[in-house]
Amino acid sequence: MADTILFYFFGGLAVLSAILVVTRRNAVHSAVFLVTALLATAGLFLQLRAEFLFIVQVILYVGGIMVLFIFVIMLVNLDVAMRQAQFNRAWYVWGLLAVAMGAQVYVVFHYARMQTSASFFNQAVAPVEQLEPNTQLVGQALFSTYMLPFEIASILLLVAMIGAVVMAKKRV
Amino acid sequence: MLDRLIEFFKPHVWPLVFAIVIVALVPLIAGYIVLLERKVMADMQARLGPMRVGPHGLLQPIADALKLLLKEDIIPDGADKWIFWLAPLLSVTAAMLAMSVIPFGPVFQIADLNVGILFLLGIGSMGIYGIVLGGWASNSHYSLLGALRSSAQLVSYETAAGMAIVSGLMFGGTLSTRALVQAQLDSHMWFFICAPIGFFLYLVASIAETNRAPFDLPEAESELVAGYMTEYSGFRWALYFLAEYTNMIVVASIATTLFLGGWLRPFPNAGWAGFFDYIPMLLMLLVAGYCVYRAPKQPVQIQKLVMYGVAGLCALLAIILALPVFGSAGSILAAMKPGVHGAFWFLAKVTLYLYVFLWLRFTVPRYRFDQLMSLGWHFLIPISIVNVLGVGIALYLHRSVEEGGKGWPLAASIILTILATLAVAAWLAKRNETKPALAEPEKF
Repeated sequence: MADTILFYFFGGLAVLSAILVVTRRNAVHSAVFLVTALLATAGLFLQLRAEFLFIVQVILYVGGIMVLFIFVIMLVNLDVAMRQAQFNRAWYVWGLLAVAMGAQVYVVFHYARMQTSASFFNQAVAPVEQLEPNTQLVGQALFSTYMLPFEIASILLLVAMIGAVVMAKKRV
Repeated sequence: MLDRLIEFFKPHVWPLVFAIVIVALVPLIAGYIVLLERKVMADMQARLGPMRVGPHGLLQPIADALKLLLKEDIIPDGADKWIFWLAPLLSVTAAMLAMSVIPFGPVFQIADLNVGILFLLGIGSMGIYGIVLGGWASNSHYSLLGALRSSAQLVSYETAAGMAIVSGLMFGGTLSTRALVQAQLDSHMWFFICAPIGFFLYLVASIAETNRAPFDLPEAESELVAGYMTEYSGFRWALYFLAEYTNMIVVASIATTLFLGGWLRPFPNAGWAGFFDYIPMLLMLLVAGYCVYRAPKQPVQIQKLVMYGVAGLCALLAIILALPVFGSAGSILAAMKPGVHGAFWFLAKVTLYLYVFLWLRFTVPRYRFDQLMSLGWHFLIPISIVNVLGVGIALYLHRSVEEGGKGWPLAASIILTILATLAVAAWLAKRNETKPALAEPEKF
């Protein structure tokens, strides 16, 4: 029962703050609600007993990326941005995309329900005691089975990082 | 229904009690750290420090807290009220949340997460929001500049702190805070001895992360009034201070858990070091005796009473610490020993670490901002990465010994890699010295 309550708490929080992100006029308020949405998602990960995913979400998105977001937003002249009217006229493109994504979510739910006969509002969760600590599992998977993709991803990130430094550097 | 509720809450009773104890005690402890700071500062500057409220200013923190609670709460015009209200709460919540995975003793811990150390890192980085949002919401240039400096500093030093923590973790092979202390017990040494460079890097990075002098640029009084909390007053200001001092306790606890053996006494496995068990009790008796000796010299009657009260408290603590030592083996008293003595040693190490913070604050002058960034990016981060590499090589050289083959003894491989890291550090320091300053100050 507690699991169900927690799931709907975090899920509701994530959806609500996601809606608020796009409806707030003030960019800093939007960013704060985005942080809340990310934290609620992290809570959902934790509820699925994926503690490594939970903490990576908190460290990377909440603690790293969003801080830089807010950092940049604070430096932008907000008053001007707030007074400007909505200038985006391609709303029907986004409308189509939203419908497509909604359909995708529906399909996923539909097949998930067909596969497990669990009821829609009462998902069973694996008990904590039977799970291995998944930090070790992730580490082993990354450094044995998925060694090559992992290294390729690392090198891509390194290239991006060096590229950013080179572009940002002043010619001395 | 009630039965089910009781059943549900049963495993959560002790964590709840611990949480309430921590939330209740931390503000008090933070207040007394402020008093300690003022007393240490006064001592180093040949003054007396606070002396008026209570004997030797012992009740000063309580007076300060009362003053702050009764002050007028001002929200500036043009401030973003919601965020202005939210920011100090965020800071305090993040700092308090971090206390939840810290093992104060083998049992006195709210939650033992599998990802304990990572949790501490993640929650620590959430504390930035309080500072950034508070500085922005105040609608003041001093606050905004303080907030920008603070977030730049925290983001820069987080990498170094994380890498320093990794070098300690590699000896423990786990992320759970309790298992880390257990690993130090099993390997017969504190990781401070295995990874001294990691410990040193963490010390520097943790000072920078808690915005303490010499890295207290975010609230540099001579430039920014009070940095991000310029516009805050009264209770909200007190919350920011509470968050700052709680963060100090948290980083000291991380260093204690990871590098200084957590709740273990010095030489936990050695039989000859059994006399360490008597030290907590004797220390408390000594303090109590000193208080009784000084009490008649207090000028006011009530101060004498407070002095006797402190002496009584210390005597009580001495009894609590003595009972497990003298209790017969196997009795319930002896079973209390790891908990009671563990908490004592943990808090003693945390206090020592905090004392180093204060000591540095009154010894080293404040850095300039470009010096701070240069130290972080050009020295600490490269060294911390080299250090992780070095620890990895040391463990690799040693590993074949554990598997029964030929290899290096642990001490030799560690010393070798420490020397190599130090050589890289010396080269980096020399290179930074000869290079022209990162950013030439612009002419105004």
